[in-house]
Amino acid sequence: MRRILAITGRETAFYGAVAFFVIVCAFPFYWMLITSLKTNSDLYNVTNIPFWFTEAPTLEHFRYLFEQTLFVRWLLNSLVIGLCVTAITLVTAIPAGYSLARMSGRNGEALGIGIFLTYLVPPSLLFLPLSRIVADLGLQNSMWSLVLVYPTFTIPFCAWLLMGFFKAMPPEIEEAAIVDGCSLFGAFMRMTVPLSLPAILTVVIFTFTLTLQEFVYALTFISSSDQKPVTLGVVTDLVRGDVFYWGELMAGALIASIPVAIAYNLFLDRFISGITGGAVK
Amino acid sequence: MAAVSTRDIIKKFDEIPAVNGISLTVPDGEFMVLLGPSGCGKTTFLRIICGLEKQTSGDLMIGGAVVNDLPPRARGVAMMFQSYGLYPHYTVRKNISFPLRTQRVPGAEIERKVAWASQMFGIGHLLDRRPRQLSGGERQRVALARALVREPTALLLDEPLSNLDAKLRSSARQEIKQFQQRVGVTTIYVTHDQVEAMGMGDRIAVIDHGQVRQMGTPSEIYDDPADRFVATFVGTPPMNIVAQNGGYLGFRPENFLPKAMIKDAACTEFKFRVDRSEYLGSERIVYGVLEGFDPKQAITAKLPPAHVADEWIRPGEWHSFAVRDSALRHFDQDGKRAGRH
Repeated sequence: MRRILAITGRETAFYGAVAFFVIVCAFPFYWMLITSLKTNSDLYNVTNIPFWFTEAPTLEHFRYLFEQTLFVRWLLNSLVIGLCVTAITLVTAIPAGYSLARMSGRNGEALGIGIFLTYLVPPSLLFLPLSRIVADLGLQNSMWSLVLVYPTFTIPFCAWLLMGFFKAMPPEIEEAAIVDGCSLFGAFMRMTVPLSLPAILTVVIFTFTLTLQEFVYALTFISSSDQKPVTLGVVTDLVRGDVFYWGELMAGALIASIPVAIAYNLFLDRFISGITGGAVK
Repeated sequence: MAAVSTRDIIKKFDEIPAVNGISLTVPDGEFMVLLGPSGCGKTTFLRIICGLEKQTSGDLMIGGAVVNDLPPRARGVAMMFQSYGLYPHYTVRKNISFPLRTQRVPGAEIERKVAWASQMFGIGHLLDRRPRQLSGGERQRVALARALVREPTALLLDEPLSNLDAKLRSSARQEIKQFQQRVGVTTIYVTHDQVEAMGMGDRIAVIDHGQVRQMGTPSEIYDDPADRFVATFVGTPPMNIVAQNGGYLGFRPENFLPKAMIKDAACTEFKFRVDRSEYLGSERIVYGVLEGFDPKQAITAKLPPAHVADEWIRPGEWHSFAVRDSALRHFDQDGKRAGRH
C-alpha cells in the first residue's frame, strides 16, 4: 500500500513538473492563436474572459494581414535573408571552427574565446559604426545590408559552437583517412563534415532563428516596407502611432514562429543521437 | 632491402625532445616491436613514420626511398590506431575499400581485394554492418583488414590490443602474429606491454626518453640487457639490482634461489631475510632484503611452489640464497653493462 502511494506520489510530481513546463512553453502560442482569431469587439471588451472566445472566432485578422499589408513579401524577405546568412555562416564557420579546434595549438583556445567575446558586444552599440559602413557601400534601405551585417554575430558564435564539437571528435578518424590516402581537405570533407552533421544542423537552425528574430539592425537600416523582414514589418507597419493592431500582430507572429518551432522539434532530436558511436571505443 | 629505415630522427615539441635521435632499420617482413613506458616517444616516432608528424631533423626511408617530405598518402604505409579509427558513417565494406577508393583502384579490383581481406579475417558476414554494431574483437579485425587491403610497404600498429579485455588480448596477439606471418608484411608494433613485445616481436627496440636503449631479439633483451633501464623494464617482477663496488649487480628473481636448490654450478651466496611472500599458483614470489646491502632495496625471488620448503618463506628469518654466477649481470656506475661485448 505504502509502495503504491510512493509510486503515485512520484508520478504526480513528475507529470506535475511536465505540465508546468508544457504550460510555460505553449501558453504564448495559445495566446497568439486565440488573440488572432478573436473579433476586435471581443478583444477590446475588458469584461470578457480573455482566455476563450465570447463572440464567434473570425479569420478577419489573417485576411487583413495577407490582403492589406506586405506580409507575404516580408516573409519572403526573411526567408531570403535567412538562407543567405546561413550559407555564408556555414561556409565560414565550419572551416574556422575546425582550424581553431585542430590546427592552432595552444593559441587556438584563446583565439576561440576572443572570437566568442565579439558575440557579446551588443548590436545597440555596433549599429552606429555599421550603419556608416552600410551607407558607404550604398546598401542603406536594402535588405542586402542585413545579409552583410548578420554574419558578424552568427559566424563568431557558430565557429565557437563548432570548435567545441570538433574538439570532442576523435582525431583518429581524420588521421586514419589521411594515412589511407586523403589530403587534409579530403579527410575534412569526407570524415569531419558528414560526422558533424548534428552540429552543422544545429548551426543552421540557430543561425536561421537568430536572423529571423533580429530587430535592431533591421530597424535602423531599413525603412521601406517592401525591404523589411517579417519581424520588423509586423511590428512597424501594424503599430501605427498608439494604435496596436493586436489581432494582426498576433497572426503575423504566429505564422512567423510556427516554421521555427516545427524545425526545432523535427530535426534536432533526430540527429543528435549517437551518430559517432562505434568509431572509437 | 630494408622496408623502413630511419637515421637520427629527432622530434621536438616546443624545444622539448619527444624523439631524441632514433636510428633503426626494419628489414622486409620483420615484426619489429617498439617497447617503452608511456610518454617515451614511441607513438610519436610511429606517427613520424606514417607522416602524421614531421620530424624536426633526421631522415626517413621507406622501401629504399627518402620520404621526408612526402605526405602520408604517398608513403605507402598503413596504420592501425589504438582506437582503430574506423569510419563510423561507413559500412564495414566501405571502411575496408576506402584506401583503395582514394587511390582510384578500378571497381572490380576493389571488390576482389575486399573479398580477399574480409575472407582472411573472417569478417565476410559483417560487410554490411556499421562499426557501432560490431564487438571489440570484430572492430579490430576490420581495422586490420582495412590496413592490409592495399598491401602496404609497412604496417604500423599503435597499441592495438589495449582496448581489448585480458582474455581477448591473448587470442588477438596470436591472430595478429599469424596474419603478419601469412601476409609477410613488414610490421612496426608499438606497445608498453612487455608480454606483447616478448611474445610477438622478431626483434624489440626498447625505447626510453626518445632514445633506443637496446635493440635485439626477445631473448637478447631479456638475458642480456644493455643497461639498468632495460633490465628493470622487462620482466615481471623486474631484475633485482643492488649497488656493489661502485657499480651495480643484477640478477633475475627466478635465478635467485635457496642455496639448497643449486647444486651443480658455481654460485654467489647471499643472506636473504624474507619479509613477505605471495602464492600465485604457478609460482611463489618472495620479498625480502639482502644482508650487507642497502636495507631499503627490496629483493624479490621467484620460486617454483612445488619445491619450496616452508621454512624458506617464514617471515623475519634469514636464509641462505644464491645466484648462479652465469646468471649475474654487472653494470657500471652509469647503469651500462660492464664488460659487455
